[in-house]
Amino acid sequence: MAEAHPVGFQWVMEAKRRGAKVFHVDPRFTRTSAVADTYLPIRAGTDIALLGGVVRYILDNELDFREYVLAYTNAATIVSERFEDTEDGDGFFSGFDPETGSYVQDSWQYEGHESDSGSGHTAKERDSAAGLRHESHGAQVSGKTQRDETLQHPRCVYQILKRHFARYTPEMVERVCGIPREKFLELAQAWTENSGRERTGCLIYSVGWTQHSVGVQYIRTGAIIQLLLGNMGRPGGGVLALRGHASIQGSTDIPTLFNLLPGYLPMPHHADHRTFDEWVDSIRHPGQKGFWGNSRAYAASLLKAYWGEKATPENDFCYGYMPRMTGDHGTYQQVLNMIDGKIKGYFLLGQNPAVGSAHGRAQRLGMANLDWLVVRDLFMIESATFWKNGPEVATGEIVPEQCRTEVFFLPAASHVEKEGTFTQTQRLLQWREKALDPPNDARSELWFFYHLGLRLREKLADSDHPRDRALLDLAWDYPTHGQHAEPSAEAVLREINGYDVTTGRPLASFAEAKDDGSTAVGCWIYTGVYADGVNQAARRKSRHEQDWVAAEWGWAWPANRRTLYNRASADPQGRPWSERKRYVWWDSEAGEWTGHDVPDFEKTKPPSYRPPQGASGPEALAGDDAFVMQGDGKGWLYAPSGVLDGPLPTHYEPAESPMRNPLYGQQSNPMRKVYDHPVNSVNPSPPQEHSQVFPYVFTVSRLTEHHTAGGMSRMVRPLAELQPEMFVEVSPELAAEAGVAHLGWAHLISGRAVIEAKVLVTDRLTPLRVDGRVIHQLWLPYHFGFEGMVTGDSANDLFGITLDPNVLIQESKIGTCDVRPGRRPTGPALLDLVEEYRRRAGIVPGRRPPMVTTEVRHPAGPSDDGPRENPE
Amino acid sequence: MGLRTFIEGWPVYRQLTGTDPLGRGAAAQSGRSAGLTARTETADSMARSVCPYCAVGCGQRVFVKDGQVTQIEGDPDSPISRGRLCPKGSASKSLVTSPLRQTKVRYRRPFATEWEDLELDVAVDMIADRILAARAETWEDVDDEGRPLNRTLGISSLGGATLDNEENYLIKKLFTAMGALQIENQARI
Ligand code: SF4
Repeated sequence: MAEAHPVGFQWVMEAKRRGAKVFHVDPRFTRTSAVADTYLPIRAGTDIALLGGVVRYILDNELDFREYVLAYTNAATIVSERFEDTEDGDGFFSGFDPETGSYVQDSWQYEGHESDSGSGHTAKERDSAAGLRHESHGAQVSGKTQRDETLQHPRCVYQILKRHFARYTPEMVERVCGIPREKFLELAQAWTENSGRERTGCLIYSVGWTQHSVGVQYIRTGAIIQLLLGNMGRPGGGVLALRGHASIQGSTDIPTLFNLLPGYLPMPHHADHRTFDEWVDSIRHPGQKGFWGNSRAYAASLLKAYWGEKATPENDFCYGYMPRMTGDHGTYQQVLNMIDGKIKGYFLLGQNPAVGSAHGRAQRLGMANLDWLVVRDLFMIESATFWKNGPEVATGEIVPEQCRTEVFFLPAASHVEKEGTFTQTQRLLQWREKALDPPNDARSELWFFYHLGLRLREKLADSDHPRDRALLDLAWDYPTHGQHAEPSAEAVLREINGYDVTTGRPLASFAEAKDDGSTAVGCWIYTGVYADGVNQAARRKSRHEQDWVAAEWGWAWPANRRTLYNRASADPQGRPWSERKRYVWWDSEAGEWTGHDVPDFEKTKPPSYRPPQGASGPEALAGDDAFVMQGDGKGWLYAPSGVLDGPLPTHYEPAESPMRNPLYGQQSNPMRKVYDHPVNSVNPSPPQEHSQVFPYVFTVSRLTEHHTAGGMSRMVRPLAELQPEMFVEVSPELAAEAGVAHLGWAHLISGRAVIEAKVLVTDRLTPLRVDGRVIHQLWLPYHFGFEGMVTGDSANDLFGITLDPNVLIQESKIGTCDVRPGRRPTGPALLDLVEEYRRRAGIVPGRRPPMVTTEVRHPAGPSDDGPRENPE
Repeated sequence: MGLRTFIEGWPVYRQLTGTDPLGRGAAAQSGRSAGLTARTETADSMARSVCPYCAVGCGQRVFVKDGQVTQIEGDPDSPISRGRLCPKGSASKSLVTSPLRQTKVRYRRPFATEWEDLELDVAVDMIADRILAARAETWEDVDDEGRPLNRTLGISSLGGATLDNEENYLIKKLFTAMGALQIENQARI
């Protein structure tokens, strides 16, 4: 955090000054480790084993915050008797279908609800990254559950959790993660001691957790701990995602993602959402309790914002215009399709996949096989010049005279040359004022897309083709200003907020959204940002003039609420758990919820409220159902739906690992998304043969002085000067073993690429003793590329493409490689070297590692896995 | 310069007699630094902005003089950053004024070995034509069971996460109406 989110880290230091103990878990000793109380080096890719150890420690010693757990989590809920755990399935839960490599989730459901599994079959949901929808709310589940408040029932969640994590002992943590048991116990003890009525602990993660083939489950494990310890919805608690880009939270809320619409509404699927009603019912789940029940109004109001006057209740608000998903249309699938010649044109909007995405070579080969490419950026980035300067030009794989891609480079406006909102990592929208006009041809994306839309509509004005109706009927009329006719960002923000279509009055809250066509709302979770016709995101009341919650600085979604689920900061009766941790509480005299933050609860619903028989939607939430966006009002220790690869987290090895999974016969996440494509490959891991060809583990992360793919830092003099060169950090032990010298060169080889880097021999990396052997890890920054003031080979070139099944994020925090001294070969010799390694490792097209590696559960094995390897 | 002025100009004298006994402020100031003014004071305007790098969202104040950004510094009012910026945020002025910034449209013809110039308006028009052609070529009305698809899989997009919410909103709205489904973002990565 000190490296990648330095100014955010001041608050950690502030907490430390007040007595907080800071633990830092990382494969590499960083600036964060330097100021932490305890640094724990960990084998990359084993966090679930570590966190699972903490869960076991809590349960075994009964250190959970019992009152909180009973009232606010699903610990007492009873699960179907058909459920079988990974402990019995050698790494598989019940319901695995080897044909599709995915789960049928019926048996994971709560008792009595086996048939209404929200998910049915998860293969389709994997393709559409359906897990992402739950960023704003839980998955479908029936509100009526059977509970055992004594937590003794063998099938209650609490007992299932206990059995599931029973083998995650301190000894096992040591064996899997390489963390000595005393160190582990120090962490577990500090965490639990700092939680409860009087104290809260917070958990901070970043893409070190998400970029794994089992990434969502990392975060789930963290959430389980925080729920058990009563750290959710309370001040100083939480699971905090530190996101890496100025508005990456905004890019998910108002997504430019294939599977989502604004406010986490799903993009329609051709088979499941043929009609507006099918689509809406799949979102709101009639009869379910909680706030998601109003989603018909959000959906209708979005379409109203899109198609304006043309969208009416009679024509289902033009739902028929919506494009439909049929499967996986994600960025990695797209790149493979580019290589296969299926995609004509590609827009890159401030993004540099030639350096920033996994498998750089595949990215560049894909871009070299387009009809046209539009790059909008501040600088001439690698993704604009791959046809000229890319590494494939050197190897002869891309020949400029034979590369057909037509490239348009359009200069972009910088953040000071346009106005608009960023949503930072805590869901806070902050409006930026424009300081000056962009130079020359530089324009904002707002300008480009608005004028592109106008141009397209002009060209289609006489078209009577049905496919053009959606464009021609689009509500596409924004006021403009200035010499370049820049559209008004405030007008767009007002549409995002939503308004009454008759009076034009901006809505104050999403509760005002209607499903009758009388409101238009661009993104329902942002409703309120333009309440009273005032740009609330532009508020800048000084921190000196308001309290510590600072509710008048910017605007947070939803409803300017700074801490989600803050009803849980009070006990079931509505009283603060302690004076010290007072945040939101029930004022019985006034008959309302009040406190330092906007209460995350219906303002006047008393703690004693119990829903009438047959209630649904918000009415069905009891006065102590603190987790109001969950179908049962409870925080989920166990997820019966919504997480595709299991209701509980389970340690799997990364897709590329030098080790056999010490916990289960199943080596890696059986649901991970894999692509069989000639350009893609996975280095062998046990139980396959030849894993020793790539004996070392590498991981990547950021430097303070650079930003992601380097497009905004390698082009900037002070930053380029501070970190001028690509390098690799290796431990003294590995340096001796591999024969590489400090400040000399080394090259790294994977089944995809070979890259070179200067060697930094340092004890910031330490060999780990794991399961009776030594594992060497090395570390690389991933910022470098071949353009800019400082250049170097790209670490992302080493990675193949394997994705998490819930959200289709790639595993780019860990891979295996070999290290050799000296510079890499150039030209065709470079390809020969990769080929030699592939041959030695048995990597041949069409042969992929087995998805199922346990003989216990599936002796016959799946039919579609290609030749099976014998366990070593 | 008289003797008195000379002595009074002496830092030690000022330190002993003035209001700055520790010699860290007025006493230590040279004639040259006394004559300097901060760029922030002489700026024509100041815009309240936000750092474009990571998601901490540090407040920035952007100072402009004569149509140029002359300084970017941390916003002391921000409850998030309390006026601080890290090396990247502090380099924001160098980012927006970098000599490497490309401010003119560039065009590479198929099979060409060099860039050419192109008018912005022409570029937008050519891109619009190519979008319409790609749609026409790859349009899918319905699937094999006659269920609507309304889409093209011939167009892709990948956006960075330094886009404003308003920009993302228009991008999604326009692409969706175009039937272009394959819209992705750094948020996937
Ligand atoms: S100044 Fe640094 S910590 Fe603050 S937002 Fe910018 S990059 Fe992040």
